[in-house]
Amino acid sequence: MDTIIPADRAEDRGGPKQPLLLATGLRKHFPIPGGLLGRATKVVRAVDDLTLSVAKGETLGVVGESGCGKSTVARLLIRLIKPDQGTVVLDGDPVDEPHGITVAELRRQVQMVFQDSYASLNPRLTIAETLAFAPKAHGLPAAEAKERSRDLLSKVGLEPNTFAERYPHELSGGQRQRVNIARALALRPRLVILDEAVSALDKSVEAQVLNMLVDLKTELGLTYLFISHDLNVVQYLSDRVLVMYLGKIVELGRVEDIYGDPQHPYTRALLSARPSMDPRRRTQEAPIQGDPPNPIDPPSGCRFRTRCPFAEDVCARREPPLAETGRQAVACHMRVAGSGHSKAQSGAG
Amino acid sequence: MAIQSPSIDVGGGAAVRAIPASASRGYWESVRRRLRRDPVTVVCGVVLLLIVLSALTAPWLGLADPYKTSMIYRLKPIGTPRFLLGSDELGRDMLSRLIYGGRLSLFMGVTPVVCALLIGGLLGITAGFLGGRVNMLIMRIMDVFYAFPSVLLAISLSGAMGAGAENTLLALTLVFIPPICRVSESVTTQVRGFDFVDAAKASGAGTLTIVRVHVLGNVLGPILVYATSLISVAIILAAGLSFLGLGVKPPEPEWGLMLNTLRQAIYVNPVLAALPGVMIFITSICFNLMSDGLRAAMDVKA
Repeated sequence: MDTIIPADRAEDRGGPKQPLLLATGLRKHFPIPGGLLGRATKVVRAVDDLTLSVAKGETLGVVGESGCGKSTVARLLIRLIKPDQGTVVLDGDPVDEPHGITVAELRRQVQMVFQDSYASLNPRLTIAETLAFAPKAHGLPAAEAKERSRDLLSKVGLEPNTFAERYPHELSGGQRQRVNIARALALRPRLVILDEAVSALDKSVEAQVLNMLVDLKTELGLTYLFISHDLNVVQYLSDRVLVMYLGKIVELGRVEDIYGDPQHPYTRALLSARPSMDPRRRTQEAPIQGDPPNPIDPPSGCRFRTRCPFAEDVCARREPPLAETGRQAVACHMRVAGSGHSKAQSGAG
Repeated sequence: MAIQSPSIDVGGGAAVRAIPASASRGYWESVRRRLRRDPVTVVCGVVLLLIVLSALTAPWLGLADPYKTSMIYRLKPIGTPRFLLGSDELGRDMLSRLIYGGRLSLFMGVTPVVCALLIGGLLGITAGFLGGRVNMLIMRIMDVFYAFPSVLLAISLSGAMGAGAENTLLALTLVFIPPICRVSESVTTQVRGFDFVDAAKASGAGTLTIVRVHVLGNVLGPILVYATSLISVAIILAAGLSFLGLGVKPPEPEWGLMLNTLRQAIYVNPVLAALPGVMIFITSICFNLMSDGLRAAMDVKA
């Protein structure tokens, strides 16, 4: 099975300490047409000045409620949508900038697995054709592309002789998602963005696919950006976790710190909202209520303040910066000394 | 939680297997299978095939000369010896003229649709795939054409350019570009929204490759089906233009024109006068029913 081990894979350039992907100040506002002559009068602030880095070989989990901008981040990183602002740097090379790499080169090294396994496979193409598409588009001869598609199928646990000539409608949901993962691996990428890749699967299939992802990661030396709303799955897979709320990062840190000692009220509410298997760790706080506010007109200052039990005047006035407090980074006035919040202490909270 | 247990064996030996390999079927094979269960579509297809074949092979069918007039055998009823379907107002053989007339009528029906399909389909797919301003520009131009009723547009265009088959073709092509463009645009916009198009973009493939591999295969079916239903409209419009004297000129055999010239005989021999109309009716209803059946057969939802 060594044939699939990348020969044409981009070399590691910056060494292990340099982040594989570094996104700085990413912003995407979607205009809403509706004014006179279709002029946009309002914008959806899907992603607002978001900065994140993915270290080589790690799995960065991204969690948050529906509509908080998780998928937009994924699509911005792979340039399926163009950011209004911000830069993406891949292993030291800025993307789509004079001295950097092209978007096409970015897409060879960064690939994505989509959530909807039905819509993400072309119903008119056989599985082999789907898998061979990207390598062929990058100039691999048809015979080699076909060979690679068979390798990929066995990589994701699908017998090539059985599945290569099948059409997507003949596959189950789990099988389709395996094909989607195989397609993302077809260009031998370094970073794979998994956008709710297992969310649509039932639990047993989900577990199989997750374990396969773990195996593939070690085998192929991959780095994952794992986006999910499922806290347990993120905990299982991730090294670091990024919590998003309305297009902003509220908390970022190592998985054991975030899950063990959440600092931001939102993270705490999220974690307490999931059912606990341990009677000693009963739910302490009331889970947050209601829906997130409309991202068209997000609240001033801290965006979480409308649902936060500790909200004070300062939260409406100023936006809390993402600050290192102890082990993880939190964007909350309560954790910043001298912020004006009554619960803010001197020193790390 | 189950997933927190150490790795379940997946990738290694046990490959996932569900249906036997022989079960795999291509898309077109499933379409064919569904068509076989739809007798109406099949019958319509066969009738159309007969009409088209007879029109194509008319010179070799041993028919009477469709242009040869005879003052003695005028308006003979159906069943007259030597005139199987009777004769028209100038004593020409109706059977021969109906079959020869099919050549021109079908040609006038199919050609403008094919031309409009090429132009309108290209414009529509471009507008649908690129979206944004390009879409706006193309579709608003098409809307201008929509402002005129199609029959009126065809009549005014033919009237302005003068009678004759070429001008009729041109006028009909122009009439059919906007609806085909609109259908192509809406289908393409729909397909463009699917994740597999995003996945193709994310793989770094060029726009043309993506359109060729991922878009065309998914939009051509619906567009072709729609175009098939337009053929009957084209035949009727072309016949209408001929009837009004804006299309084919006599003595060419053409169904619309024949209907026109035979209308004086409607009191003498109404069945005879209706024959070209019957041909138009059969052909267009067959095209319509067949396009309906094709749409049903090609509508594969996973």
